[in-house]
Amino acid sequence: MAEKVLMKGNEAFAEAVIRGGVRFYFGYPITPQSEIPEFLSRELPKWGGRFLQAESELGAVNMAYGCGAAGGDGFISSSSPGIALMQEGMSFLCSAEVPLTILNASRGGPGIGSIQPGQADYFQVTRGGGNGDYRIPVFAPASIQEAINILYDAPALANEWRNPVMVLVDGLMGQMMEPVLMPEPKEPLKSSDIPKAKPWAISGSEKGERSVVKSLRLQPEVLEQHVERLFEKYGRMERELQKAECTQVEDAEVVFVAFGTMARLATEAMELLQSQGIKAGLIRPITLWPFPYSAFDALTDKTKVVISTELSMGQLIEDVKLGVRGRFPVKLIHRTGGMLPTSLEIVDKTMKILEEVR
Amino acid sequence: MATNKLFFAGSGGQGVLTMGQMVTYAAMYADMNATWLPSYGPEMRGGTANCTVVISTDKPVSCPLIYEADNVVVMNLPSLLKFESLVKPGGNLFVNSTLIEQKATRDDINVYYVDAGGIAQSLGNARTANVVMLGAVVEVSKVVPVKMIYKIMEKTFSGCKAALLDINKQAFHAWKPE
Repeated sequence: MAEKVLMKGNEAFAEAVIRGGVRFYFGYPITPQSEIPEFLSRELPKWGGRFLQAESELGAVNMAYGCGAAGGDGFISSSSPGIALMQEGMSFLCSAEVPLTILNASRGGPGIGSIQPGQADYFQVTRGGGNGDYRIPVFAPASIQEAINILYDAPALANEWRNPVMVLVDGLMGQMMEPVLMPEPKEPLKSSDIPKAKPWAISGSEKGERSVVKSLRLQPEVLEQHVERLFEKYGRMERELQKAECTQVEDAEVVFVAFGTMARLATEAMELLQSQGIKAGLIRPITLWPFPYSAFDALTDKTKVVISTELSMGQLIEDVKLGVRGRFPVKLIHRTGGMLPTSLEIVDKTMKILEEVR
Repeated sequence: MATNKLFFAGSGGQGVLTMGQMVTYAAMYADMNATWLPSYGPEMRGGTANCTVVISTDKPVSCPLIYEADNVVVMNLPSLLKFESLVKPGGNLFVNSTLIEQKATRDDINVYYVDAGGIAQSLGNARTANVVMLGAVVEVSKVVPVKMIYKIMEKTFSGCKAALLDINKQAFHAWKPE
């Protein structure tokens, strides 16, 4: 049995990806995730992997596209404005059905913004950013251990679906240390195994058939058919991947919805409210896309209000409303720009909201 | 103790982040749940540094951020002025009296003036001031078992640093409550 170790988020994320089988990293430094490329530049070669600092985020994502097209298990990481630059490539990867693991340590925006934790990239990561009809599963862990578990599984998941997979964290999770258990390293994919494991990849094998990995389809009939087929896949993802953690929602008068760092704050707010005799619950989406709409079916008529608790001006709230489907009032508690509320602040705002809806 | 929130503040180089980490390691070795969160931002050399540690004995730490603390350590004057208010009523404030002449103003908390730098100097290693302070915090708060602090010291001060183990253990026990 492995022993618990105290690890800083960013380093734990990077090690989890290596243990998940990734051997190729392409990146360009940006706060608050620069310890990830720093760690991988040192550690990845020890595992027989390659680290490459690209000339820009656009360079990094396209190198990863090439690596994935050739069958390699790749990883890229960045933060909000850097992710914006990478999203052109993500659209191409989705169309070409090339797997890739992506980490996004989101920060305060818009623009270059701030380096403090933010969730204002919710639309950016769940509704595209790149062009065209495409989808990327987005996971939002709330602890370092959960992030490790998700990142460890992410390369296999990306391969299974032949699609990029994104894990969304923030600078707080990247800088924080928590005791964690690291999973056993998976056997990485050898180049000689690629033709068998990924017959679609441009692996340079002599299998006698041509592999084509591309996103250009000039004939509209052909492109339409391709996108329809992609959406059959995305439909299966919606049914199979959506995930949430529900805490005490059945008899809750007030139900918070929050992910990532905000879920940690909302959990404490929930406990404070309970100590004051107010029944509070929490729906914590673990996948942001596909959004766990069905988690809202657990709410009963005891609920007076659902509160989207987020580090943005109100983005998550749109999915919350789709999940609630008009059954309950939906309100917003938010901070933005890299500012975090205290759990007391959430409690105070909740009390005001309860006065309004009671 | 279900949850104990600690806050360590001072200037860069005083070992405040290390103090927090040692407590966190000790909590982990004692099978407690813990989080360590440093202040984070565009800092300058000689600027302020602080970290928050939350320890929970019975469940995962819900929130690594705090609005009040059971134990607050201030290693320099700006930290005293800024963070005295963070101590929850009935909580403990540890003041590095070597550098801070000013007294705390609140009377609803327990204040401990620790001559961390002076004690460390008398032991012959001024750089152990943070460990002297940590000793006071653990002695008063009993937040983690002393033997788990030893465990992290033994891991840290091994190999080429093994010679520093004894002086750090001495420093840890050097402060005595009045």
